[in-house]
Amino acid sequence: MSIKKVTQHPSQNEALIFERSQAGRIGYRLPKLDVVETNIDELLPAELRRDDDLDGVPEVSEVDVVRHFTRISTWNYSIDLGMYPLGSCTMKYNSRLNEKVARIAGFANLHPLAPEEESQGALELIYELQQDLAEITGLPGVSLQPAAGAQGEMTGVMLIRAFLDRRDGDASKDRRVMLIPDSAHGTNPASAALAGFSVKTIRSTAEGLTDMEHLKQVCDEGGVAGLMLTNPNTVGIFETNIKEICATIHASGGLVYMDGANMNALVGIARPGDMGVDVIHLNLHKTFSTPHGGGGPGCGPCLCTSALEPFLPVPRVIKAETPVGSVFSESSSSQSHFRLDFDRPESIGRVKAFYGNFGMMIRALSYIYTHGADGLKEATEAAVLNARYLSHLLQDDFDKPYAADPMHEVVFSHKKQSRKGVHTLDIAKRLIDYGFHPMTIYFPLVVEGAMLIEPTESVGRQDLDAFVEAMKDIDKEAQENPQLVIDAPHSTRIGRLDEASAARKPVLRWKPDQEVSAITA
Amino acid sequence: MSNIPENLRYSKDHEWVLVEGENASIGITDYAQHALGDVVYVDMPRVGDKFGTHEAFGSVESVKAVSEVFTPIAGEVTEVNDSLNDTPEKVNSDPYGDAWFIKIKMDKPGEADKMLTGEEYEEYLAANA
Amino acid sequence: MRYIPNSPEEREEMLAAIGLASAGELFRSIPQDLQLKRSLDITEALAEPEVIALMEKLAAKNTAAVKPSFLGAGVYSHFSPTIVDHLIQRSEFFTSYTPYQPEISQGTLQYIFEFQTLICQLTGMEVANASMYDGSTAMAEAYLMAQRVTRRDKIVVAETVHPEYREVAKTYTQHGDLKIETASFDEETGRISNLSALDDNTAALVVQSPNFFGCVEDLKALSEKAHAVGALLVVVVTEAISFGLLKSPGECGADIVVGEGQSFGIPMSFGGPHVGLFATREKFVRNMPGRLCGVAYDKNGNRGFVLTLSTREQHIRREKATSNICTNQGLIALAATIYMETMGKKGLQEVAMQNAQKAAYAAKKIASIEGFELPFSAPKFNEFVVRSSNLAEEVLAKLREKKGIIGGLALSRYYPDRPNEFLVCVTETMKKDQIDDLIQSLSVLG
Repeated sequence: MSIKKVTQHPSQNEALIFERSQAGRIGYRLPKLDVVETNIDELLPAELRRDDDLDGVPEVSEVDVVRHFTRISTWNYSIDLGMYPLGSCTMKYNSRLNEKVARIAGFANLHPLAPEEESQGALELIYELQQDLAEITGLPGVSLQPAAGAQGEMTGVMLIRAFLDRRDGDASKDRRVMLIPDSAHGTNPASAALAGFSVKTIRSTAEGLTDMEHLKQVCDEGGVAGLMLTNPNTVGIFETNIKEICATIHASGGLVYMDGANMNALVGIARPGDMGVDVIHLNLHKTFSTPHGGGGPGCGPCLCTSALEPFLPVPRVIKAETPVGSVFSESSSSQSHFRLDFDRPESIGRVKAFYGNFGMMIRALSYIYTHGADGLKEATEAAVLNARYLSHLLQDDFDKPYAADPMHEVVFSHKKQSRKGVHTLDIAKRLIDYGFHPMTIYFPLVVEGAMLIEPTESVGRQDLDAFVEAMKDIDKEAQENPQLVIDAPHSTRIGRLDEASAARKPVLRWKPDQEVSAITA
Repeated sequence: MSNIPENLRYSKDHEWVLVEGENASIGITDYAQHALGDVVYVDMPRVGDKFGTHEAFGSVESVKAVSEVFTPIAGEVTEVNDSLNDTPEKVNSDPYGDAWFIKIKMDKPGEADKMLTGEEYEEYLAANA
Repeated sequence: MRYIPNSPEEREEMLAAIGLASAGELFRSIPQDLQLKRSLDITEALAEPEVIALMEKLAAKNTAAVKPSFLGAGVYSHFSPTIVDHLIQRSEFFTSYTPYQPEISQGTLQYIFEFQTLICQLTGMEVANASMYDGSTAMAEAYLMAQRVTRRDKIVVAETVHPEYREVAKTYTQHGDLKIETASFDEETGRISNLSALDDNTAALVVQSPNFFGCVEDLKALSEKAHAVGALLVVVVTEAISFGLLKSPGECGADIVVGEGQSFGIPMSFGGPHVGLFATREKFVRNMPGRLCGVAYDKNGNRGFVLTLSTREQHIRREKATSNICTNQGLIALAATIYMETMGKKGLQEVAMQNAQKAAYAAKKIASIEGFELPFSAPKFNEFVVRSSNLAEEVLAKLREKKGIIGGLALSRYYPDRPNEFLVCVTETMKKDQIDDLIQSLSVLG
């Protein structure tokens, strides 16, 4: 197969906006100032005003901006273009309906400090989403405030800390060890550190499950505050012993936090609350399809048992028993009323200004309503089926380190290809030439040369078959013509970038004298 | 096979030590630089900082890995190799020469004698790597 | 379900292909007693028109969204050029993820690089990251960074920094060894005044400008005082439009600038998603939290961009990372980038000037009404505190009920000892007759 690199068209060579800028170009127009002008020096003394004329800020027309962003957008792969099987990221379809409803003026133009009586729709929406997520996870305490998964996780771990401090008083200081499996996501230890915990690593077994003996042994050593566990775990396998794991931690006096990154394997099928989990975070941008947006925004709700609920971030959104209006309120007693509850003396505090990424909540609720109870379960089944199907069709050509049936994602390694000098990174880059976004690579760390594939439910059989065929072709290339794979990608406007030089002498912003560096082929 | 000069002493964390009187230079071994890959940054202590035996005194970074560097022997930092700020790649090209990390005044002269010899380090690598 | 491509028949065939009889068998590894034996108790599926109708009904209950509003306090109503929302909805931007594979993510990487550059230009700093969750979390991260850089354990924060930001920073630091002391403000000027807590154990002096009361701080003087004891100056900016008019924090000597970029074309959306700004000096770059995008070249010398210096981050340094943050605020940072570039040099200056002018017009008029005064004398940007002879809550409630105007924010929400004061924000979106309405109503009702 021979693919020629295309770099001729202007759209392939779009410069930085700063390099496009021409003095005097204008891209906006504001209405004329309609009030009496105050003398500028009276407004603000000169020493407080800028005198650099915003040096370097571009001057471009509206057309320039539209072409600029449209052109550079074409350099991105996206879900709407095709299969995006990044393991643990759940790159499912982002519906346009969700985008539409999030932009309804009554939501988009609502100020967070507007009076509660005049924000009832937003508060009701938050409340409804809380109720639905509580039902899906089996955990009744909910805060939608965390801005992303890592923050939801930090919140969860801080709830554990607050609970232990309350339960054990001073003795809580002897219980500061957070257990984390060796397959965990890097945010887990980083979040644990923020809550003042030190980390002990729990080994996995050859089957890819938590090593129960090691877990018990470490629990016996004492001082255990809790366990941070992903389930299905990061190699895509359901922790069959989850009840025993939770019981072991509880017996040693600790609590169980579950990383909900992989909830797409469980919605409608099984609930963390029923497994003995005490606290979990969800990623609305994974399981509930809010757009990943090139790396954010996310939304990382934190859910917990009623024992942990008093510690959730303030304010909470609650349904008031009796309407509490202002003296002017005409609300009748039959109408339910939603309000912000700040009176939570045991709360860990606020984790974000205002109430969280509300725009993402609208999209997630729209996703839930569009699916309904049956549709959510159907999506889970389809996601797991797709992964299982891929696992089945690829296991002869790629090393599958764990024999167990995978759930919504499956991990392979480069073992069979690395003998020819072809590594995971090369396989990933070659997949680009076949029109697919690569899978997650080199994660989890417990698998050498890991390739973690999560197709999600949003991929049809033909695409799965095409992906399988591409992977099989790449394996064949690796065996017969490894250099072709090692040099991939061949089809992109830019080749592999020299990351070492970039990190040694970082250039993190444009400067006028840098224009020389814009070499194009 | 890694390059292991005979005149140095080694730690199991892959640091080397060159003793000169009361003073010693510390760096990382050829094996270590190879395992890390392209080194992009070295984080150094300040002159005057004091470290006990086996304390982390800095770290060395490649594009996708970071590793702490330990003092195999105790002492006070008398000099740091500032040239690694601009040319961290020397850790890859000349780990035993230009790319020394720090010089210390040893607390306990003779402590380096307890470290591995070149031969022992080579055996250690053969058994563990 | 219309979002699932495979038909039930195709799914049957795939199950058969992998040797399973039913979808239920996919879940054999989940113990029977843990499987949910009933349907979830949530609504049945709604059709597209039903979802829209339901959402519109909810949105209509947010009556505040359609009223003239003088609310600010960290979230601002500004005009956003039409192309901002249009361009961010391109599939290639909103349905992609973190640029893990630079060869097919150059669109995202290039705009991040442009975003970082623009934030440097506006703040007057040397490096900016790819963005944080929001202004409040960016400030919390600045506390932790100042502690790392200085190896000192005390933060002195102005009482005039947004109260919710201070709460968030408190949450983030409650389990570390950082002590936080609050510096009070001058009742005459509304500026930070009491710096007695500043000492040689102080990691950073943290101030907001324009501060929560709308007063512009004298950053140059504050930076001299902070630096005199070896502390960093952290400047918080909640109203990014002010960059177009005010001297940049960098020029005034700030070491870290954090802020909220919502004003750059982002809807208020009941408080989020917004975008946190984080900029600092080059010498501190390795202590900085968050993602960074940098220039890199391929073997043919083509210029491209990659995420770089990632050894600071959690996926490599784990519990020793500079932050637990895993992403940035991608799409919102894109919106802000498009906004800044569309407005450009002239637009950012003009919009800032219009804000300052309209606020000054409103302030002057309100000060002349019987029963109202402006308690703070410091120069202001687009917000100012009004003191009434009556309870602010009551004044605002009357304005709302009788005139349909949301007149501002009662300070008592955050400062219970200031019951008669409220914060008024006037942006370029306010027309003269709306401002005059407010003034007229206050003089009648106040």
